[in-house]
Amino acid sequence: MAQFNLPKNSQMTEGKIWPRPVGANNLQEFRIYRWNPDDGKNPRVDVYQVDRDDCGPMVLDALLWIKSKVDSTLVFRRSCREGICGSCAMNIEGQNALACTMGIDECQEHAKGKKTGAVRIYPLPHMPVLKDLVPDLTNFFAQHASIEPWLQTETPAPEGEWKQTPEDRAQLDGLYECILCACCTTSCPSYWWNGDRFLGPAALLQAYRWLVDSRDENTGERLDALHDPFRLYRCHTIMNCANACPKSLNPAKAIAEIKKMMVAREV
Amino acid sequence: MAPTARPTVTAPLSPHLQIYRWTWTMAMSVFHRITGTALYGGTALVAIWLVALASGPAAYGWVAGFFGSLFGKLVLFAYTWILMHHMLGGLRHFIWDVGQGFDRERRMWLARGTLIGSVILTVLIWALALVIR
Repeated sequence: MAQFNLPKNSQMTEGKIWPRPVGANNLQEFRIYRWNPDDGKNPRVDVYQVDRDDCGPMVLDALLWIKSKVDSTLVFRRSCREGICGSCAMNIEGQNALACTMGIDECQEHAKGKKTGAVRIYPLPHMPVLKDLVPDLTNFFAQHASIEPWLQTETPAPEGEWKQTPEDRAQLDGLYECILCACCTTSCPSYWWNGDRFLGPAALLQAYRWLVDSRDENTGERLDALHDPFRLYRCHTIMNCANACPKSLNPAKAIAEIKKMMVAREV
Repeated sequence: MAPTARPTVTAPLSPHLQIYRWTWTMAMSVFHRITGTALYGGTALVAIWLVALASGPAAYGWVAGFFGSLFGKLVLFAYTWILMHHMLGGLRHFIWDVGQGFDRERRMWLARGTLIGSVILTVLIWALALVIR
Protein backbone atom coordinates (compact mmCIF):
# COMPACT_ATOMS: atom_id res chain seq x y z
CA MET A 1 0.00 0.00 0.00
CA ALA A 2 1.27 3.39 -0.94
CA GLN A 3 2.23 5.73 1.84
CA PHE A 4 0.61 9.07 1.06
CA ASN A 5 2.04 11.14 3.92
CA LEU A 6 5.67 11.99 4.53
CA PRO A 7 7.78 9.99 7.01
CA LYS A 8 8.53 11.75 10.29
CA ASN A 9 12.07 12.76 9.34
CA SER A 10 10.82 14.30 6.07
CA GLN A 11 8.11 16.58 7.40
CA MET A 12 8.88 20.21 6.70
CA THR A 13 9.12 22.94 9.28
CA GLU A 14 9.09 26.72 8.94
CA GLY A 15 12.52 27.97 8.06
CA LYS A 16 14.47 31.17 8.22
CA ILE A 17 13.05 34.42 6.88
CA TRP A 18 15.98 36.06 5.12
CA PRO A 19 16.30 39.87 5.16
CA ARG A 20 14.88 41.93 2.28
CA PRO A 21 17.42 43.47 -0.08
CA VAL A 22 18.02 47.12 0.81
CA GLY A 23 16.56 49.75 -1.53
CA ALA A 24 14.71 47.29 -3.77
CA ASN A 25 11.16 48.13 -4.83
CA ASN A 26 10.29 45.21 -7.15
CA LEU A 27 10.37 42.23 -4.83
CA GLN A 28 9.44 38.63 -5.48
CA GLU A 29 9.14 36.15 -2.64
CA PHE A 30 10.61 32.66 -2.98
CA ARG A 31 9.95 29.80 -0.55
CA ILE A 32 12.64 27.20 -0.92
CA TYR A 33 13.06 23.71 0.54
CA ARG A 34 16.22 23.33 2.63
CA TRP A 35 17.76 20.27 4.18
CA ASN A 36 21.24 19.89 5.57
CA PRO A 37 22.53 16.36 6.26
CA ASP A 38 24.93 17.74 8.87
CA ASP A 39 22.60 19.46 11.34
CA GLY A 40 20.33 16.49 12.16
CA LYS A 41 17.16 18.55 11.76
CA ASN A 42 14.07 18.08 9.63
CA PRO A 43 13.76 19.85 6.26
CA ARG A 44 12.61 23.46 6.44
CA VAL A 45 11.24 26.04 4.01
CA ASP A 46 13.21 29.29 3.90
CA VAL A 47 11.74 32.58 2.70
CA TYR A 48 13.76 34.84 0.42
CA GLN A 49 13.00 38.18 -1.24
CA VAL A 50 14.52 38.66 -4.69
CA ASP A 51 15.00 42.06 -6.30
CA ARG A 52 13.45 41.53 -9.73
CA ASP A 53 15.07 44.70 -11.09
CA ASP A 54 18.49 43.22 -10.36
CA CYS A 55 17.77 39.67 -11.53
CA GLY A 56 17.25 37.81 -14.82
CA PRO A 57 13.85 36.50 -15.96
CA MET A 58 14.19 32.79 -15.15
CA VAL A 59 13.78 30.88 -11.90
CA LEU A 60 17.42 29.77 -12.21
CA ASP A 61 18.43 33.46 -12.35
CA ALA A 62 16.61 33.98 -9.06
CA LEU A 63 18.30 30.97 -7.45
CA LEU A 64 21.72 32.20 -8.56
CA TRP A 65 20.84 35.71 -7.36
CA ILE A 66 19.96 34.31 -3.93
CA LYS A 67 23.11 32.20 -3.81
CA SER A 68 25.43 35.06 -4.73
CA LYS A 69 23.71 37.93 -2.85
CA VAL A 70 21.77 36.51 0.10
CA ASP A 71 22.61 32.95 1.13
CA SER A 72 25.65 31.18 -0.29
CA THR A 73 24.70 27.93 1.49
CA LEU A 74 21.73 27.24 -0.83
CA VAL A 75 22.51 24.07 -2.82
CA PHE A 76 21.12 23.14 -6.25
CA ARG A 77 22.38 21.55 -9.47
CA ARG A 78 22.79 23.65 -12.60
CA SER A 79 25.00 23.73 -15.61
CA CYS A 80 23.99 24.77 -19.13
CA ARG A 81 21.30 27.38 -18.25
CA GLU A 82 19.55 26.69 -21.59
CA GLY A 83 17.47 23.55 -21.13
CA ILE A 84 19.81 20.97 -22.62
CA CYS A 85 21.72 19.47 -19.67
CA GLY A 86 18.74 18.68 -17.45
CA SER A 87 20.61 19.45 -14.23
CA CYS A 88 18.31 22.08 -12.72
CA ALA A 89 15.14 19.94 -12.69
CA MET A 90 13.06 20.73 -9.61
CA ASN A 91 9.48 21.21 -8.50
CA ILE A 92 8.47 24.82 -9.16
CA GLU A 93 5.01 25.98 -8.10
CA GLY A 94 3.75 22.42 -7.96
CA GLN A 95 5.02 21.21 -11.30
CA ASN A 96 8.33 19.67 -12.26
CA ALA A 97 10.34 21.87 -14.61
CA LEU A 98 13.83 23.08 -15.43
CA ALA A 99 14.60 26.22 -13.43
CA CYS A 100 16.51 27.61 -16.41
CA THR A 101 13.58 27.46 -18.87
CA MET A 102 10.81 28.34 -16.40
CA GLY A 103 10.15 32.09 -16.26
CA ILE A 104 9.47 33.77 -12.91
CA ASP A 105 6.42 35.49 -14.46
CA GLU A 106 5.23 32.13 -15.74
CA CYS A 107 5.28 30.79 -12.16
CA GLN A 108 3.54 33.91 -10.98
CA GLU A 109 0.54 33.04 -13.11
CA HIS A 110 0.12 29.92 -10.99
CA ALA A 111 0.97 31.63 -7.70
CA LYS A 112 -1.62 34.40 -8.25
CA GLY A 113 -4.62 34.35 -5.97
CA LYS A 114 -2.70 32.51 -3.28
CA LYS A 115 -2.05 34.25 0.00
CA THR A 116 1.63 34.91 -0.36
CA GLY A 117 2.16 35.15 -4.10
CA ALA A 118 5.43 33.40 -3.41
CA VAL A 119 7.14 31.02 -5.81
CA ARG A 120 7.57 27.73 -3.98
CA ILE A 121 10.45 25.47 -4.91
CA TYR A 122 11.03 21.88 -3.79
CA PRO A 123 13.34 19.10 -4.95
CA LEU A 124 11.95 16.62 -7.51
CA PRO A 125 9.11 14.81 -5.70
CA HIS A 126 9.32 11.54 -3.75
CA MET A 127 13.10 11.19 -3.99
CA PRO A 128 15.76 10.81 -1.29
CA VAL A 129 17.27 14.26 -0.70
CA LEU A 130 21.05 14.69 -0.62
CA LYS A 131 20.96 18.39 0.29
CA ASP A 132 18.47 21.24 -0.30
CA LEU A 133 17.24 20.95 -3.91
CA VAL A 134 19.53 18.06 -4.86
CA PRO A 135 17.83 14.64 -5.06
CA ASP A 136 19.57 11.26 -5.23
CA LEU A 137 19.07 10.06 -8.83
CA THR A 138 21.02 6.77 -8.48
CA ASN A 139 17.95 4.58 -8.95
CA PHE A 140 16.71 6.73 -11.86
CA PHE A 141 19.95 6.28 -13.81
CA ALA A 142 20.19 2.57 -12.89
CA GLN A 143 16.73 2.10 -14.40
CA HIS A 144 17.83 3.88 -17.56
CA ALA A 145 20.85 1.55 -17.78
CA SER A 146 18.58 -1.47 -17.27
CA ILE A 147 16.82 -0.91 -20.62
CA GLU A 148 20.24 -1.20 -22.34
CA PRO A 149 20.14 2.11 -24.20
CA TRP A 150 22.49 1.25 -27.07
CA LEU A 151 22.22 -0.26 -30.54
CA GLN A 152 22.12 -4.07 -30.44
CA THR A 153 22.65 -6.05 -33.65
CA GLU A 154 23.17 -9.64 -34.84
CA THR A 155 24.31 -9.01 -38.40
CA PRO A 156 27.97 -8.11 -38.94
CA ALA A 157 28.63 -4.39 -38.74
CA PRO A 158 28.67 -2.68 -42.15
CA GLU A 159 31.86 -1.11 -43.43
CA GLY A 160 30.43 2.37 -43.15
CA GLU A 161 27.59 3.26 -40.84
CA TRP A 162 24.28 1.57 -39.97
CA LYS A 163 21.93 3.20 -42.47
CA GLN A 164 18.25 3.95 -42.19
CA THR A 165 15.74 5.72 -44.42
CA PRO A 166 14.62 9.26 -43.60
CA GLU A 167 11.20 7.78 -42.73
CA ASP A 168 12.76 5.32 -40.26
CA ARG A 169 14.88 8.12 -38.81
CA ALA A 170 11.73 10.21 -38.33
CA GLN A 171 10.41 7.48 -36.02
CA LEU A 172 12.97 8.65 -33.46
CA ASP A 173 11.72 12.24 -33.41
CA GLY A 174 10.07 13.11 -30.11
CA LEU A 175 12.17 10.39 -28.42
CA TYR A 176 15.85 11.11 -28.98
CA GLU A 177 15.48 14.65 -27.56
CA CYS A 178 15.09 13.33 -24.00
CA ILE A 179 17.73 14.88 -21.71
CA LEU A 180 17.12 12.57 -18.72
CA CYS A 181 16.30 15.43 -16.37
CA ALA A 182 13.85 13.17 -14.43
CA CYS A 183 11.04 15.76 -14.49
CA CYS A 184 8.61 13.16 -15.93
CA THR A 185 9.58 10.16 -13.83
CA THR A 186 9.39 12.05 -10.53
CA SER A 187 6.02 13.60 -11.48
CA CYS A 188 4.42 10.17 -11.80
CA PRO A 189 2.30 8.98 -8.83
CA SER A 190 2.74 5.39 -10.01
CA TYR A 191 6.50 5.91 -9.76
CA TRP A 192 6.08 7.51 -6.32
CA TRP A 193 4.37 4.39 -4.97
CA ASN A 194 6.32 1.76 -6.95
CA GLY A 195 9.58 3.42 -8.00
CA ASP A 196 11.58 0.37 -6.94
CA ARG A 197 9.93 -1.86 -9.55
CA PHE A 198 8.18 0.43 -12.11
CA LEU A 199 10.73 1.78 -14.59
CA GLY A 200 9.02 5.17 -14.87
CA PRO A 201 8.29 7.38 -17.91
CA ALA A 202 11.86 8.44 -18.76
CA ALA A 203 13.34 4.93 -18.89
CA LEU A 204 10.30 3.65 -20.81
CA LEU A 205 10.48 6.48 -23.37
CA GLN A 206 14.12 5.54 -23.87
CA ALA A 207 13.13 1.86 -24.13
CA TYR A 208 10.69 2.77 -26.91
CA ARG A 209 13.37 4.84 -28.63
CA TRP A 210 15.38 1.59 -29.11
CA LEU A 211 12.31 -0.54 -29.84
CA VAL A 212 11.36 1.60 -32.86
CA ASP A 213 14.90 2.09 -34.12
CA SER A 214 14.94 0.32 -37.52
CA ARG A 215 18.62 -0.60 -37.07
CA ASP A 216 18.16 -2.40 -33.75
CA GLU A 217 17.83 -6.19 -34.01
CA ASN A 218 17.03 -7.01 -30.40
CA THR A 219 13.36 -5.92 -30.34
CA GLY A 220 12.01 -9.26 -29.10
CA GLU A 221 14.36 -9.50 -26.13
CA ARG A 222 13.74 -5.84 -25.28
CA LEU A 223 9.99 -6.51 -25.17
CA ASP A 224 10.55 -9.67 -23.10
CA ALA A 225 12.46 -7.61 -20.54
CA LEU A 226 9.55 -5.15 -20.23
CA HIS A 227 6.83 -7.83 -20.09
CA ASP A 228 6.25 -7.48 -16.37
CA PRO A 229 3.32 -6.27 -14.25
CA PHE A 230 5.50 -3.57 -12.71
CA ARG A 231 8.30 -2.53 -15.09
CA LEU A 232 5.92 -1.45 -17.87
CA TYR A 233 2.33 -2.00 -16.78
CA ARG A 234 2.37 0.22 -13.69
CA CYS A 235 1.72 3.08 -16.10
CA HIS A 236 -1.94 4.03 -15.60
CA THR A 237 -1.93 6.97 -18.05
CA ILE A 238 -2.08 9.61 -15.34
CA MET A 239 -0.28 11.89 -17.85
CA ASN A 240 1.72 13.95 -15.32
CA CYS A 241 4.82 12.95 -17.31
CA ALA A 242 3.62 14.56 -20.52
CA ASN A 243 2.49 17.66 -18.61
CA ALA A 244 5.86 18.01 -16.92
CA CYS A 245 8.33 17.35 -19.76
CA PRO A 246 10.35 20.56 -20.35
CA LYS A 247 11.18 19.33 -23.87
CA SER A 248 7.47 18.84 -24.71
CA LEU A 249 7.96 15.12 -25.28
CA ASN A 250 5.21 12.62 -24.55
CA PRO A 251 6.38 9.63 -22.47
CA ALA A 252 2.77 8.53 -21.91
CA LYS A 253 2.35 8.12 -25.67
CA ALA A 254 5.65 6.21 -25.97
CA ILE A 255 4.52 3.84 -23.20
CA ALA A 256 1.17 3.31 -24.96
CA GLU A 257 3.11 2.41 -28.13
CA ILE A 258 5.14 -0.18 -26.19
CA LYS A 259 1.90 -1.69 -24.85
CA LYS A 260 0.62 -1.82 -28.44
CA MET A 261 3.79 -3.62 -29.57
CA MET A 262 3.26 -6.16 -26.76
CA VAL A 263 -0.25 -6.89 -28.06
CA ALA A 264 0.79 -6.84 -31.73
CA ARG A 265 3.36 -9.62 -31.26
CA GLU A 266 0.81 -11.83 -29.52
CA VAL A 267 -1.71 -11.81 -32.38
CA MET B 1 44.72 9.97 7.12
CA ALA B 2 41.59 8.11 8.13
CA PRO B 3 38.39 9.50 6.72
CA THR B 4 36.47 11.67 9.17
CA ALA B 5 33.57 9.81 10.74
CA ARG B 6 30.29 11.36 9.67
CA PRO B 7 27.08 10.75 11.55
CA THR B 8 24.87 8.54 9.39
CA VAL B 9 21.63 10.29 8.58
CA THR B 10 18.63 8.96 6.74
CA ALA B 11 17.93 11.14 3.76
CA PRO B 12 14.46 12.67 3.94
CA LEU B 13 11.93 11.91 1.23
CA SER B 14 11.10 14.99 -0.82
CA PRO B 15 7.42 16.10 -0.67
CA HIS B 16 5.13 14.72 -3.40
CA LEU B 17 1.31 14.66 -3.09
CA GLN B 18 1.62 17.49 -0.56
CA ILE B 19 3.01 19.90 -3.15
CA TYR B 20 2.16 18.61 -6.64
CA ARG B 21 -0.31 20.75 -8.59
CA TRP B 22 -3.44 18.80 -9.48
CA THR B 23 -4.29 18.33 -13.12
CA TRP B 24 -7.48 17.02 -14.70
CA THR B 25 -5.86 13.80 -15.89
CA MET B 26 -4.39 13.15 -12.43
CA ALA B 27 -7.71 13.86 -10.69
CA MET B 28 -9.72 11.70 -13.09
CA SER B 29 -7.24 8.85 -12.64
CA VAL B 30 -7.86 8.98 -8.89
CA PHE B 31 -11.66 9.22 -9.47
CA HIS B 32 -11.47 6.16 -11.73
CA ARG B 33 -9.87 4.19 -8.89
CA ILE B 34 -12.41 5.40 -6.33
CA THR B 35 -15.44 4.78 -8.55
CA GLY B 36 -14.06 1.36 -9.50
CA THR B 37 -13.84 0.41 -5.84
CA ALA B 38 -17.28 1.87 -5.09
CA LEU B 39 -18.78 -0.30 -7.84
CA TYR B 40 -18.23 -3.35 -5.61
CA GLY B 41 -20.86 -1.79 -3.35
CA GLY B 42 -23.06 -0.99 -6.34
CA THR B 43 -22.92 -4.58 -7.57
CA ALA B 44 -23.88 -5.69 -4.06
CA LEU B 45 -27.00 -3.48 -4.35
CA VAL B 46 -27.95 -5.22 -7.59
CA ALA B 47 -27.34 -8.62 -5.97
CA ILE B 48 -29.49 -7.69 -2.96
CA TRP B 49 -32.29 -6.64 -5.30
CA LEU B 50 -32.05 -9.91 -7.31
CA VAL B 51 -31.94 -12.07 -4.17
CA ALA B 52 -34.99 -10.26 -2.80
CA LEU B 53 -36.78 -10.74 -6.11
CA ALA B 54 -36.12 -14.48 -5.94
CA SER B 55 -37.06 -14.73 -2.25
CA GLY B 56 -40.69 -13.71 -2.56
CA PRO B 57 -43.02 -10.75 -2.19
CA ALA B 58 -42.23 -9.98 1.45
CA ALA B 59 -38.48 -9.65 0.95
CA TYR B 60 -38.92 -7.85 -2.37
CA GLY B 61 -41.39 -5.42 -0.83
CA TRP B 62 -38.91 -4.54 1.89
CA VAL B 63 -36.03 -3.97 -0.56
CA ALA B 64 -38.21 -2.08 -3.03
CA GLY B 65 -39.40 0.06 -0.14
CA PHE B 66 -35.82 0.91 0.76
CA PHE B 67 -34.80 1.73 -2.82
CA GLY B 68 -38.01 3.79 -3.19
CA SER B 69 -37.30 5.89 -0.11
CA LEU B 70 -35.55 9.25 -0.37
CA PHE B 71 -32.32 7.82 1.07
CA GLY B 72 -32.57 4.78 -1.21
CA LYS B 73 -33.02 7.03 -4.23
CA LEU B 74 -29.98 9.07 -3.23
CA VAL B 75 -27.93 5.88 -3.00
CA LEU B 76 -29.16 4.77 -6.44
CA PHE B 77 -28.48 8.23 -7.90
CA ALA B 78 -24.92 8.10 -6.57
CA TYR B 79 -24.53 4.55 -7.92
CA THR B 80 -25.71 5.72 -11.36
CA TRP B 81 -23.16 8.52 -11.41
CA ILE B 82 -20.36 6.26 -10.19
CA LEU B 83 -21.21 3.69 -12.87
CA MET B 84 -21.35 6.33 -15.64
CA HIS B 85 -18.09 7.91 -14.47
CA HIS B 86 -16.29 4.58 -14.40
CA MET B 87 -17.72 3.61 -17.79
CA LEU B 88 -16.58 6.84 -19.44
CA GLY B 89 -13.23 6.50 -17.67
CA GLY B 90 -12.93 3.03 -19.15
CA LEU B 91 -13.67 4.40 -22.63
CA ARG B 92 -11.06 7.13 -22.07
CA HIS B 93 -8.48 4.50 -21.16
CA PHE B 94 -9.53 2.47 -24.21
CA ILE B 95 -8.89 5.46 -26.48
CA TRP B 96 -5.46 5.92 -24.89
CA ASP B 97 -4.72 2.19 -25.17
CA VAL B 98 -5.16 2.32 -28.94
CA GLY B 99 -2.64 5.18 -28.98
CA GLN B 100 -4.98 8.12 -29.59
CA GLY B 101 -5.76 11.35 -27.71
CA PHE B 102 -2.36 11.97 -26.17
CA ASP B 103 -1.68 15.58 -27.11
CA ARG B 104 -2.23 18.25 -24.46
CA GLU B 105 -5.63 19.54 -25.62
CA ARG B 106 -7.11 16.11 -26.30
CA ARG B 107 -5.97 14.47 -23.06
CA MET B 108 -7.28 17.37 -20.97
CA TRP B 109 -10.53 17.37 -22.97
CA LEU B 110 -10.94 13.61 -22.45
CA ALA B 111 -10.39 13.97 -18.70
CA ARG B 112 -12.84 16.87 -18.36
CA GLY B 113 -15.28 15.05 -20.64
CA THR B 114 -15.31 12.09 -18.23
CA LEU B 115 -16.63 14.28 -15.43
CA ILE B 116 -19.01 16.41 -17.49
CA GLY B 117 -20.27 13.44 -19.51
CA SER B 118 -20.92 11.34 -16.40
CA VAL B 119 -23.04 14.11 -14.83
CA ILE B 120 -25.02 14.63 -18.05
CA LEU B 121 -25.63 10.88 -18.52
CA THR B 122 -26.71 10.45 -14.88
CA VAL B 123 -29.24 13.30 -15.13
CA LEU B 124 -30.52 11.97 -18.47
CA ILE B 125 -30.98 8.43 -17.11
CA TRP B 126 -32.90 9.72 -14.09
CA ALA B 127 -35.01 12.13 -16.16
CA LEU B 128 -35.87 9.26 -18.50
CA ALA B 129 -36.65 6.92 -15.58
CA LEU B 130 -38.95 9.49 -13.94
CA VAL B 131 -40.74 10.22 -17.25
CA ILE B 132 -41.31 6.51 -18.02
CA ARG B 133 -42.67 5.89 -14.51
